[in-house]
Amino acid sequence: MYSVSTLSRRELIATPLALAQGAQPKPSIWDVHCHLISGEGSTPEERMAYLIRFMDRLGIERVMLSLGYPLLADPSPEQLRELNGQVLKAIARYPDRAFGFVYLNPNHLAFSLEEFDRCVRDGPMVGVKLWVAKRCNAPELDSIVERAAAIQAPILQHTWFKLKGNLPGESTPNDLAELAMRHPKAVLIDAHTGGDWERGIRAIRPVKNIATCVAGFDPTAGVVEMAVRELGAERVMFGSDAAGRSFASQLGKVMGAGIPESSRRLVLRENLRRVLAPILRAKGVRA
Amino acid sequence: MITDVNVNLSRWPFRRLPGDEPLALATKLGKMKVTQAWAGSFDGIFHKDLAGVNARLAADCRQFGAGLLLPFGSVNPKLPDWREDLRRCVEDHKMSGIRLHPNYHGYTLDNPEFHELLQLAAARKLVVQLALCMEDERTQHPLMPVPPVDIGPLANAVARERQLKLVILNSYPQLPLERLRALSSAGQVYFDLSMVEQVRGVARPGEYASPDRVLFGSNYPVFVFESALRKMQEAELTETQRAAILEGHARRLLAR
Repeated sequence: MYSVSTLSRRELIATPLALAQGAQPKPSIWDVHCHLISGEGSTPEERMAYLIRFMDRLGIERVMLSLGYPLLADPSPEQLRELNGQVLKAIARYPDRAFGFVYLNPNHLAFSLEEFDRCVRDGPMVGVKLWVAKRCNAPELDSIVERAAAIQAPILQHTWFKLKGNLPGESTPNDLAELAMRHPKAVLIDAHTGGDWERGIRAIRPVKNIATCVAGFDPTAGVVEMAVRELGAERVMFGSDAAGRSFASQLGKVMGAGIPESSRRLVLRENLRRVLAPILRAKGVRA
Repeated sequence: MITDVNVNLSRWPFRRLPGDEPLALATKLGKMKVTQAWAGSFDGIFHKDLAGVNARLAADCRQFGAGLLLPFGSVNPKLPDWREDLRRCVEDHKMSGIRLHPNYHGYTLDNPEFHELLQLAAARKLVVQLALCMEDERTQHPLMPVPPVDIGPLANAVARERQLKLVILNSYPQLPLERLRALSSAGQVYFDLSMVEQVRGVARPGEYASPDRVLFGSNYPVFVFESALRKMQEAELTETQRAAILEGHARRLLAR
């Protein structure tokens, strides 16, 4: 069992002026949603080093890295291999600061299952990232979810409710709820809380095997409070969607939320540690 | 010492917000060590009786926060007799600046009355704040989509008013950089950091404005105050730059 008391007290009580003046806390936060895009550096390792510079400034200990660069919405098998290769290089150089989530494309199902085996089952990655190639309620998703659930690898699925309509392959939280109900033993993470979070939280509320990741949308006041109230603190995770988003703007959502400190600790790290504990244990990784 | 140039009083129509009562807002800002906050009113975006809105704003700023809140009245150049609203802001309420919402008020930045408003504000040495948007267009209420302001014509208007002190609020991340750069070089134009995104934030090289043109603005209470605060923690700035963003630039804008 992990202790929940290890999140830096100094981080939680740092004074506003100290923060504004750039004080650096001890890294202790886990970020479930991070990418190598938009950063500086010509190699994956350099880009990861760039991220770490700013993770250190904000007290972020580990990030879950996915997608590679450039961003490809519907990558071919060759492109998937290249993108996942970048993430493998970054996490190999910095194993104490990043875990990898394998990027899969349900439009290339057979290859995606092979890539899952290469990177997660037989490799160092610990989860799956699905983006906008195909809506996640499609039947093609089932075999991916089954394979991930078999080794307790969580799946981070992009979702949005966009006012003017989603991309053709872009999932909504409703789609994710459908998928999760077909796979009650899988652990699914709703990336972006659906963007339009008041609808997004409601869409996943009854489906207990979905957690939400509050990454990658404006730091609107009230989102974390509503998520904790409606889903329970155990189903809410911090994520940034850096480097496209700022670590700071997204972390502020959690640090400024009017929730109990015990809930904040769950959101900032312990929920993700709990979800990853089985697969990390199976791989012999201590974290 | 922190000056927050972007807060709003009253109620946001689409959800209740922590801090949407003036006492709660002032208390929160005080706890965050904000020593001055430039306050507009959500009512100034949506109401037509702006004289009433501005009078309430001025009264609330006097009543709450013990001098913390500095009222920035709303003026809508599409309303009849808008010049009287401007006069009252200056002469009756002793305001240091005004806040404009062109997209919610239904005009573009090539509108002649908008240009006259800039001229009159510059002559009265007011700080003019122009909010480009209030929230992500993708998440707005389905019956009230409001696109962000097109800043295309603004650089020319600014270049004509050399005395104008302009603060752009809520520069959303999708705004084309070349337009922001053109605006930045046109005159005394500053930008708040409330919607700055990407790792490294306000200190990113090649960003639209150098740290010399950035002000601390939170967009509180629509946004979480701590997000703006953490951006200062994330950014690699010199102590001089940090102090200027947190307070110095804002103080100089008011002093001129």
